[in-house]
Amino acid sequence: MADPSPKQVVNGSVAIQTVALSRQFGTLTAVNSLDLSVPSGALFGLLGPNGAGKSTLIKMLITLLPPSGGTAVVAGCDIRHEAKEVRRRIGYVPQLLSADGGLTGRENLGLFAKLYGIPRRQRAQRVDQVLAVMKLDDVAHTLVQRYSGGMIRRLEIGQSLLHEPRVLFLDEPTVGLDPLARQAVWERLQTLRDEYGLTLFMTTHDMEEADRLCETVAIMNHGRVVAMGAPAELKARVREGASLGDVFAHFSGESLEQDGDYRGIRGTRRTASRLG
Amino acid sequence: METIVVSGERVEPLAAWAEAPPLVAFIRQTAAVAEAELHKLRRDPWELLTRAVQPALWLLIFGEVFVRVRGIATGGVGYLSFLAPGVLAQSTLFIAIFYGIIVIWERDLGILQKLLVTPAARTALVLGKGLAASVRGLAQSVIVYVLAAAIGVPLHFGILSIAGVLVFVSLGAVLFSTFSLAIACLLKTRERFMGIGQVLTMPLFFASNAIYPLTLMPRWLRVVAAVNPLTYLVDALRTLMVGAAPDSFSLWLDFAVLALLAVAMVFLAARLYPKVVT
Repeated sequence: MADPSPKQVVNGSVAIQTVALSRQFGTLTAVNSLDLSVPSGALFGLLGPNGAGKSTLIKMLITLLPPSGGTAVVAGCDIRHEAKEVRRRIGYVPQLLSADGGLTGRENLGLFAKLYGIPRRQRAQRVDQVLAVMKLDDVAHTLVQRYSGGMIRRLEIGQSLLHEPRVLFLDEPTVGLDPLARQAVWERLQTLRDEYGLTLFMTTHDMEEADRLCETVAIMNHGRVVAMGAPAELKARVREGASLGDVFAHFSGESLEQDGDYRGIRGTRRTASRLG
Repeated sequence: METIVVSGERVEPLAAWAEAPPLVAFIRQTAAVAEAELHKLRRDPWELLTRAVQPALWLLIFGEVFVRVRGIATGGVGYLSFLAPGVLAQSTLFIAIFYGIIVIWERDLGILQKLLVTPAARTALVLGKGLAASVRGLAQSVIVYVLAAAIGVPLHFGILSIAGVLVFVSLGAVLFSTFSLAIACLLKTRERFMGIGQVLTMPLFFASNAIYPLTLMPRWLRVVAAVNPLTYLVDALRTLMVGAAPDSFSLWLDFAVLALLAVAMVFLAARLYPKVVT
């Protein structure tokens, strides 16, 4: 199997495009006629308070939830009519811990390698490659429940890369991690973008993370994108010397302290507790 | 439906993995899910040992008491011989009917979302879980055979009988576990699921021929038993383990009922599977 060669993505092409994308739950409009364009090879951050529609948007883009209206094209495939083709081209790292603690790192990767249809003769080699890239070769045969938080996150990112996706979706990738592990995950994500030309679409509540990693951030509120641009550009729009937290508060109308509801906090704490 | 035209070049996956024929891909994906479950089971065999307690209680306590009640017409075999296949069917049901909690657990852990974002067939994800339930059912078979032999039940040990028991236990486990997965996808929370699990288990068990023959039942209950799949599982196991009673159905009928329902449940659960994450 060929290693993904660097910079395969053509600059200027579009990795994700939504057109009037909407989702309703009864009378609640979670995503409201959203138009969004993410260029290929971008490191794109989606910010917004809980209930803004971020999770619903990401679920639609990764084909877990059908839209009520509009559509989106991910890696050139329509999420409504070509869901399976979209799935072949994307990777997904949920906020919750998705690595199975009862399996070893290698078994976790092996399961997904089979589900992604990697042929038997290439499977072991591909799993070895991912273990090496994610610096997990030493613990490949250790049960994941004995991994540190940073190792689990690296394994999960590895799982999502086995099939060499074009677009990687990450939901709060560093929630619950200590500063060192967080730094390691950031470096890994930047490497993926810089060396392999992956498009990274991530949601985060961490303003420092968004500021340091993302070239473009969009702030979502009430199902719509209320501001979008480079972090520096958005900060300048608010006021001189503004932080991204100020930008968030300005456009979402909420301070960071107000953010979060019972369910969201419970999920975050559960993840943090599993990460130890 | 509205037509929306979106521009955007179609990009191929970086790695052009040769796509296997759909049936081969389905078998591989199913086996992968089952294998992952078996890795976990292999590391925690205590689960199998603790599950041995219930059949032991039924055979050694309930069975030994009811063998003294000579009024139960068991078709020419002793009550313990009549009961042993019923206990195996019941164990299979009890293991499988709570299997759906796994899907809720995996949803809460984020594992399910990730499985559903792979291109794997949802039927393969469901059937893989069903096959893992089968392995647990087969382990119960060994326990029930050992217990039944120990209390003097004259079991059939022919290769065909044993093979038949393995097939029917597997089929029953797939049927009840996928039924359970479907229910879990609708209920979505552990609390609701556990409540319904209890509500379903007892009627399925008592409205079957597991511990008393159909002939003892009032007419209305016999009608319920006739549409209860557990009745057909018990009937097949009884025929294979201790010999057919005069009022037994044919093994082919038992097989047809269980296989058709199992296939229907795999498709139903696969259809409902994505609902649990929305």
